[in-house]
Amino acid sequence: MNVMDTRATSAMLYLDGVHVSFDGFHAINNLSLALEPGEMRAIIGPNGAGKTTMMDIITGKTKPDEGTVLFDGVTDLTRLDETRIAELGIGRKFQKPTVFESQTVQDNLLLALNVDHSVKGTLFWRGSRAESERIDKVLETIRLTDARNRLAGSLSHGQKQWLEIGMLLAQDPKLLLVDEPVAGMTDVETHLTAELLKEINKTHTVMVVEHDMTFVRELGVKVTCLHEGTVLAEGTIDQVSSNERVIEVYLGR
Amino acid sequence: MTPHMLTRSLDRGATIFLAIVAACGILIPLSNLLLPAGSFLQVPTYLVALWGKYVCYAILALSIDLIWGYCGILSLGHGAFFALGGYAMGMYLMRQIGTRGVYGNPILPDFMVFLNYSKLPWYWHGFDMFWFAALMVLFVPGLLAFCFGWLAFRSRVTGVYLSIITQAMTYALLLAFFRNDFGFGGNNGLTDFKDILGFNVQAEGTRAALFALSCLALILSFLICRSVVSSKLGKVLIAIRDAESRSRFLGYRVESYKLFVFTLSACMAGVAGALYVPQVGIINPSEFAPGNSIEAVIWVAVGGRGTLVGAALGAVVVNYAKTFFTSGMLAPYWLFMLGALFILVTLLLPKGIVGTFNAWWDQAKEKRAAATSASAAAEDGVTEPKMAE
Amino acid sequence: MPANLSARLCSFALSLFLIAFALPAFAGPFEDAVAKFANDDYSDTEEAIGVVASSGNTLAFPIISALQDGRLMADSDSKKVYVTGADGKSIDAATGQPVASVPDSASAVRLNNRLRRSVDAALGSLTLQSPDLGTRLQAAQSVFKSHEETALEAVDGALAKETNKSVKTALGEARAAILLFKPDATEVDKLEAVATLKARGDQEAMALLTGMGDQPASVTKAAASAISSIQGSLAVWSTVQNAWYGLSLGSVLLLAAIGLAITFGVMGVINMAHGEMVMIGAYTTFVVQEVIRTRYPGLFDYSLLIAVPLAFLVAGGIGVLIERSIIRFLYGRPLETLLATWGLSLVLQQAVRTMFGPTNREVGNPSWMSGAFELGQITITYNRLWILCFTLAVFVILLAMLRYTALGLEMRAVTQNRRMAASMGIATSRVDALTFGLGSGIAGIAGVALSQIDNVSPNLGQSYIIDSFMVVVFGGVGNLWGTLVGAFTLGIANKFLEPVAGAVLGKIAILVLIILFIQKRPRGLFALKGRAVEA
Repeated sequence: MNVMDTRATSAMLYLDGVHVSFDGFHAINNLSLALEPGEMRAIIGPNGAGKTTMMDIITGKTKPDEGTVLFDGVTDLTRLDETRIAELGIGRKFQKPTVFESQTVQDNLLLALNVDHSVKGTLFWRGSRAESERIDKVLETIRLTDARNRLAGSLSHGQKQWLEIGMLLAQDPKLLLVDEPVAGMTDVETHLTAELLKEINKTHTVMVVEHDMTFVRELGVKVTCLHEGTVLAEGTIDQVSSNERVIEVYLGR
Repeated sequence: MTPHMLTRSLDRGATIFLAIVAACGILIPLSNLLLPAGSFLQVPTYLVALWGKYVCYAILALSIDLIWGYCGILSLGHGAFFALGGYAMGMYLMRQIGTRGVYGNPILPDFMVFLNYSKLPWYWHGFDMFWFAALMVLFVPGLLAFCFGWLAFRSRVTGVYLSIITQAMTYALLLAFFRNDFGFGGNNGLTDFKDILGFNVQAEGTRAALFALSCLALILSFLICRSVVSSKLGKVLIAIRDAESRSRFLGYRVESYKLFVFTLSACMAGVAGALYVPQVGIINPSEFAPGNSIEAVIWVAVGGRGTLVGAALGAVVVNYAKTFFTSGMLAPYWLFMLGALFILVTLLLPKGIVGTFNAWWDQAKEKRAAATSASAAAEDGVTEPKMAE
Repeated sequence: MPANLSARLCSFALSLFLIAFALPAFAGPFEDAVAKFANDDYSDTEEAIGVVASSGNTLAFPIISALQDGRLMADSDSKKVYVTGADGKSIDAATGQPVASVPDSASAVRLNNRLRRSVDAALGSLTLQSPDLGTRLQAAQSVFKSHEETALEAVDGALAKETNKSVKTALGEARAAILLFKPDATEVDKLEAVATLKARGDQEAMALLTGMGDQPASVTKAAASAISSIQGSLAVWSTVQNAWYGLSLGSVLLLAAIGLAITFGVMGVINMAHGEMVMIGAYTTFVVQEVIRTRYPGLFDYSLLIAVPLAFLVAGGIGVLIERSIIRFLYGRPLETLLATWGLSLVLQQAVRTMFGPTNREVGNPSWMSGAFELGQITITYNRLWILCFTLAVFVILLAMLRYTALGLEMRAVTQNRRMAASMGIATSRVDALTFGLGSGIAGIAGVALSQIDNVSPNLGQSYIIDSFMVVVFGGVGNLWGTLVGAFTLGIANKFLEPVAGAVLGKIAILVLIILFIQKRPRGLFALKGRAVEA
């Protein structure tokens, strides 16, 4: 772990000149991006723009060929693995909802709680009142209190999305990476999710990747548009969606 | 935390299982020793030894279920840990023979005299002491599993890749132990044991005691597995089994969990092997054969992976069937049956006997609960049905 | 089959003699010498050997070779000597007339070590002028080994008449060996002999040079330089030899693994019954040869050509059957597939055991696959060479098939994106079945080739399954070129480790190295990279 003497940047997440290629295909090309603490950022971009690869880089799943990825101004994420990065306080929700299907909703949340994650800690774990209160609170936030003892695999698609967001809440990370949270949701659910994310953003830094423009508009935050692994445009949703190059990319040239 | 329905019903199954094992562990030796030979209720000595073997297999099955059923690690080399435990015990038993061997050498076992060893190889020292051998029964398989797992899990070798390299591991050990210069008796292995802790291994009393001990070991292994899988660590293991990379993103060091449970499992397999050897009277390299390890996996699959009772039950059922079929006219058909068992269980009974039973039981219970709450709702006017807690 | 091909076939030779020659029955030096065998005296026997060998009598060869094999019976009372053929029929050694039975009082003429050498030398010179090329070559080589002084005359005689180049070389070397050990040979002769042996340059030549005893200083010096030069060339040749063995083993590994590269590498199906597909191919060859033996013996040389397509169809058909009945229900559940196919392998093995018995079945080499040729200091057997060529041919055909045929295109499409392929109108389940059938069929073809070098038994497949998986995993899953490189790397590494560590330890070392390698590169040598798949 590379701890610098002073913060190199005030940003919570700082990417600079990141490159990554797979067998000659440049998935990420000179990508630079900064997220200030407490900010919520929406990332848009066509398929193959490198959105998920970017999240893979931030969470340690993919190592960049070159470039800087700093967390909280001091930690070089490119040298750490997924577990260490999660411990530092970066939570991730996947594009396809991934919950532990054969375990109950509350066990899913219990597993996500940011308590001792060592082998010894879990082997001799005893539940505490504080922990159950936190789980109860999260269950309430994601509206799954009634389903707490159901197996996660039996939940509907939207409920799984929420459970996964709930797991992020239980994990209580400093930075949340949320990949397509409203894919496959009804309009009502989409609206509720936007409200939920805004609520979460009051206490956390959030990065949301989403295709759904209505949803992004509803979030009302700064938008970054990626294309071919690099930043194409950045600004409010109106600025970005009126940008000529963005229109070109989305509508084809 | 309120215990989940499934765990509670399993708990009852576990209690029944432990009671049966304990009863067998007490009653069978007593019947063998106290009742007159030939009487209706007397268990003949050969059956005590045979069942003792099954109990050891049940421990091996538990150890496989712990990693496969709960953590998704399919080891096709667990027979190697079993055999290593067996060899550690075999070495102790060889050293106990002393001057009673064919060549009467007080230090060197017969095969070493035969192969012109001038002195005891360094790794044979200490095995004349029971406590040391007993320690090695745990330590040697544990160390191998630790080193192997450390390398494999850290580089994220998973799924079938892991299965194949565990198979290669036991295959490499098979080749090594076949060699005479490896110092473990080569082809013939270790045999002609005389006594254990001063008791004649052939004596009825010793056999009965070994049987009782095996049952005790099974109970202890079961309790260890049970406490592991019902702790929060057990939930983490299942999380790793179902979504490994998700667990990493939650901050769990997957390789440490796998390493812990793999090593624990190898130690248990070693104990099973150590209890097995004095009861069958021989340990040779064929115990390392890859086929043995895979067969042990099918016991677990038959009984029900992910259910501890199922694993133990599967070991006993399959091995009973094996003894039954291979001793009669049906012997040539046993391999057909075993092969068909592999295919049919994976295709038609993926949850195994106990798993299928549990699922059926839960469903029946849910129906009953729904029926009662519906009738209760009708009486009380409560409209929302509640999940049984 | 020529009767004089080898001394071991002399019973057949015997009957030929009986038909072809009616020998005059008068006593001469030959008959007297033969009678000496009955004296049971070593020096008389030695004298008899000398006379008989140089007599030029057609019975000389059968007599001496019978003496060597302990089939020369002598009756010390009647002084009669008999040659008993391996078939139990006997003739009178002096006349060549068949006799009904050898009297009970007759016993085998005894030999001691010194006499045995004379017998070898006599046999050697007797056959030096045989009309058969192979026999002459063998005889020259046996003289080279025995380097008995007595054979010098015969060697010189044969050299003068010999026209074949390789026999001439062999005779020259035999002469050199004799001269080197002949105490009264001139220094010039000896130096020439050393040069000849140096040119031969093999282990045996070196053994002669190191063991030649006291010699003139110049000869000793020449010998020393010859020895070091031979050692150098032997080291090179042993490397070449290892490389060849490695290539040969690699081709066997590749052949066994290539079908697996399709089923496991391309489809991701882990088929533990793959080895049994190889076995089925080998048994198909056995059945083909059985039919040919009993019905059409003339076609034996074509048996493998017939067996290859048949094995492909049989193993491929069984493969399709397996895919349709078992594997298709287990897609996406690799560990269950592993268990089910292991069970299947048990069933197939036991089925073959029931049908063909548990023991090895005899599969013959066609004439074009038997034998060997020398390349410098190494011997290359035709079967190994053919298998190497065959393996490469199968590899190239498979590669071309995947690249240029419609089925190949469909296979690649289905494995890369099943849903997309399905929506484009590809019948994915048909492609699955055919792909699995193809992999199994290739395993069957491998069985045809492996039947030529391995025991055809129900356990044949078992011995290849772990190795095959190692090759595919080492080479990188989903990459045929990786499988090729993996197979040859492992084959050559194995053969170079073997002389250092021994066969078993070498194999263990390879397994351990692969296990360590997989830790470093879990996806093999030629792994495909890509955006990490989720969860």
